[in-house]
Amino acid sequence: MSELPKNLKYSKDHEWVNIQDNIATIGITLHAAESLGDIVYIEVSSLNKELKQFDKFGEIESVKAVSDLFIPVSGKVVQVNEELESNPEYVNDDCYEKGWIIKVEITNLEDLTTLLDSSEYKKII
Amino acid sequence: MIKKTLPLLMDQSKKGRKSINLPEIGVEKSILPDKKFLRESIQLPEVSQLDLIRYFTNLSSLNFSIDTNFYPLGSCTMKYNPKINEQISAFEGFSGSHPNQSDEMVQGCLEVMYNLQNELGEITGLKCVSLAPLAGAQGEYAGLLIAREFHKFNGNNHKNIALIPDSAHGTNPASAAMAGLDPVTIKTTSEGDIDIADLKEKVSKETAVLMLTLPSTLGLFEPNILEITQIVHDHGGLVYADGANLNALLGITKFGDLGIDICHSNLHKTFSTPHGGGGPGAGPVMVTKKLESFLPYPHIKKEKGVFINYRPENTIGRLNGFSGSFGILLRAYTYIRSLGSGGLKEISENAIINANYIQERLKSHYNLTSSRYCMHETVLSATRQKENGIKALDIAKKLLDEGFHAPTMYFPLIIDEALMIEPTESESKETIDSFIDCMIMISELSESNPNEILNAPINLPVERLDEARAARNPILSWKKN
Amino acid sequence: MNIKKLFNKNIDLMKNSPYIPATNSDQSEMLQTIGVKSFEDLLSDVPKNLLFPELKLQEMLSEPELVDYFNDISKKNFASKKKTSFLGGGAYNHYIPSTVKAMIQRGEFLTSYTPYQPEASQGTLQVGFEFQSMIAQLYEMDVCNAGMYDGPTALAEAALMACRIKKNNKILIHDSVSQKLLDILSSYSKWQNIEIINFEDIDLNNQEDYSCLLVQSPNQNGEIIDVENLSNLIHKKNGLLIHHAYPISLGLIKPPGQLNVDIATGEGQSIGVPLSFGGPYIGLLTCKKEFIRQLPGRIIGQTVDKNGKTSYALTLQTREQHIRRENATSNICTSTQLIGLMVSVYLATVGPEGLKQISKTCFHRAHYFANKINKINGFKLISNNFFNEFVIESNVEIKEINHYLISNDIEGGLDISDGKKNLILFAVTEMNKPKDIEETLTLLRRIHD
Repeated sequence: MSELPKNLKYSKDHEWVNIQDNIATIGITLHAAESLGDIVYIEVSSLNKELKQFDKFGEIESVKAVSDLFIPVSGKVVQVNEELESNPEYVNDDCYEKGWIIKVEITNLEDLTTLLDSSEYKKII
Repeated sequence: MIKKTLPLLMDQSKKGRKSINLPEIGVEKSILPDKKFLRESIQLPEVSQLDLIRYFTNLSSLNFSIDTNFYPLGSCTMKYNPKINEQISAFEGFSGSHPNQSDEMVQGCLEVMYNLQNELGEITGLKCVSLAPLAGAQGEYAGLLIAREFHKFNGNNHKNIALIPDSAHGTNPASAAMAGLDPVTIKTTSEGDIDIADLKEKVSKETAVLMLTLPSTLGLFEPNILEITQIVHDHGGLVYADGANLNALLGITKFGDLGIDICHSNLHKTFSTPHGGGGPGAGPVMVTKKLESFLPYPHIKKEKGVFINYRPENTIGRLNGFSGSFGILLRAYTYIRSLGSGGLKEISENAIINANYIQERLKSHYNLTSSRYCMHETVLSATRQKENGIKALDIAKKLLDEGFHAPTMYFPLIIDEALMIEPTESESKETIDSFIDCMIMISELSESNPNEILNAPINLPVERLDEARAARNPILSWKKN
Repeated sequence: MNIKKLFNKNIDLMKNSPYIPATNSDQSEMLQTIGVKSFEDLLSDVPKNLLFPELKLQEMLSEPELVDYFNDISKKNFASKKKTSFLGGGAYNHYIPSTVKAMIQRGEFLTSYTPYQPEASQGTLQVGFEFQSMIAQLYEMDVCNAGMYDGPTALAEAALMACRIKKNNKILIHDSVSQKLLDILSSYSKWQNIEIINFEDIDLNNQEDYSCLLVQSPNQNGEIIDVENLSNLIHKKNGLLIHHAYPISLGLIKPPGQLNVDIATGEGQSIGVPLSFGGPYIGLLTCKKEFIRQLPGRIIGQTVDKNGKTSYALTLQTREQHIRRENATSNICTSTQLIGLMVSVYLATVGPEGLKQISKTCFHRAHYFANKINKINGFKLISNNFFNEFVIESNVEIKEINHYLISNDIEGGLDISDGKKNLILFAVTEMNKPKDIEETLTLLRRIHD
């Protein structure tokens, strides 16, 4: 069982969140990536879109499955990982770093209290 | 099976080669349209006739097919496709009939269709039949449209919910969405039966229709069917049966007797029309008398000995270009005539016995999803083999290596590592025994030497494919190198 | 004593249909293994009083009897004796090469299934890829899927696709589109909050956006439309141009890909598929590559196996119903692969030169026929700039004309009279021999004598 980075927060929908100042970088966990299989395509909301916590912000497709992506914290989209368009496999190879999906400017700090830390997330998988 | 790769036709093409000679224009030429409308060049392969025939013939040898291999795909009913059906569909009077002729010119075609309508109505107990839908999914869609129009006609516009079991085939919710219905999921038990308590909770005056597959997608007959249809009727809803598994019910019981209002049938499953690599199909829709006027058009009736193509009074509309896939309808009708009532009942009888025989002999090697007798198909689970790292997918690939087409995998979704096996009545006991022996061998191999399974297939023209690559960088047509 | 009746009553003699190999002893052995005494013991879930209902079907026929029976029925169709036909309107009588007929008889193609196990289906998959390639070339579009049910449903699905892409539910219809195509679009869209608007009714300077404009060219009267002009107009309204094109015409006329078309559809029957009273046919659906993920239906892609060998598989399956269920691009599950095989063999057989020749033959013979009819008193050619179909206005009822032709074993044109005028739509293909055309002209002249 591989390591869950301890510096990250997690959501029940199997996303990880890296918070630096007021920017949250978000991706999916190894558990999610392994369940989906080889990722082939990712579609995400456009820049500047305002999202409320748990809004759908995109879809991630593997060969045999497709999954909705739900934003774990409210925020405004400030950056999307454009590398994933030609290299969706980054999500499988390095989901916590190269495979990041979206960055939002956090608009509701209270949402952070609903996130799990690595030991709490480990319990649900 | 040959193992070499065959280059695409455009890669074999050479300018000046041809596969056919065509006649001259033979009349005085007229002025062509303005240059801005004219095409300058076309790119298509140029090959000689021998190279063309050799190419396609060799390609055909790369396929598994019913004619060459046992094909126990659950829910697909891969039964024998009789050759006489092909011969008859090629009669000039049928294959040369233009669909836009007036009725008096095609009384033969209309007679075939009218008779088939009656035979299907008698078999399902739902006497009003439309042969228009070109596939099961289109038949499903037609059935849902009929339900919607019926409710609208009666002033019940608030009825816009489709109740769909979680074990349903994907086309069910997809068709419901196309018909503008909100799909609400009904839970099923671990054996795929409708959870009656959940049904009672979710049914309401907004229920337009309950969509059921009967037998269920687990191959089991719904034991509470009469109670279920009553519950839905009590709330003013209609019951639609997905007839994909009709091969289990021919002469066994009729949908119409069970409280079903609408059903469809897949002629390319139950009624032997060829699958052709994925189609064409035909999906006639059958309804009770009170829904007859809503059927799609054209519909066939008989008046004073003459067959007529007409438009039902409250029709849901036209679903496709002509009257239906006549060539497929003709093959199905030929099949039914070659069997008669006695023959049809034997179909289901033997389909059910064959499936139960497989279930019985494999139950100590694979996990069953239910201890009940199945109908025409059995769903096994490879969860035991998964403990050794062997999944349903791997078992499928090893079966291919041994010359058997794999069963249906990963369906229904509610069963883990599902393998759905439908032998059909076409297979001899010897074929079935050799399949069973192979499945047992694979189960034993999953413990003694799982790698041999994980490397499969190795005996086929290609080995496991990189499907992720196909989806990440789609190459969907020939490109010059 | 009626011997036939006696046999019918004896079920045991009817056992062992050629399609059911199980003998009585096979059955008993299997029942014994299962652990039951009789077949009925397996059916305890079925309500007892509804088990084994009577089936009152037509009597069973042996194989030679089937041939006789269906032979008789087929002779009740005019097609069994017709000399020539001028009927069109969406389905056309074109020559089907011997190569096509030979290839679809192969059981390996005919009786295989959807290629869910690609390693065991490279034949079907590679043929499907050839189909996608050849249609993409014929239409000069980037991408083609593996086949839809028929032309009209392909057009309906294309319109729905445009609505998804543009996130706009307003569809414009050009008057070139036939009523039949509109009826089918209606059936597919009526419960999805889609608005269908006549192109002629809108003011192009309005502030509205539309998802698409549907155009049929050649149109329902056989006339060639300036599609490129319409593409430019709809693009200004932020919509897509959907062009429904008759495949044989593309041997002569500019293909959609050169007309700035976004999605092109068509009925594949005219390229290698028998008339067969309306089916099975095949719908052609092509588009620009940026729309791939919204394309419904099966799609075959090229890839490699683990040894790097070129191979083919169904791809982009996450658009489809078995994965997305109610959010799928369509409910379609079937792809008409067998008909796709016929089309592939046809196009490879005729090749680019053959298709040009066939197309020109249709054009010139149609124009010759039309011009000669126009010279007959009482007939007037209405269509302008047509390909191989044209409308004639007559001062005689069309029923009368067609009956007279039929009595000479000639199938006339389609009666499209509108209640005010007598109108007939004639289609001419390479199957209408020059001498048959002359004979028909002679007969038409006689009508006005």
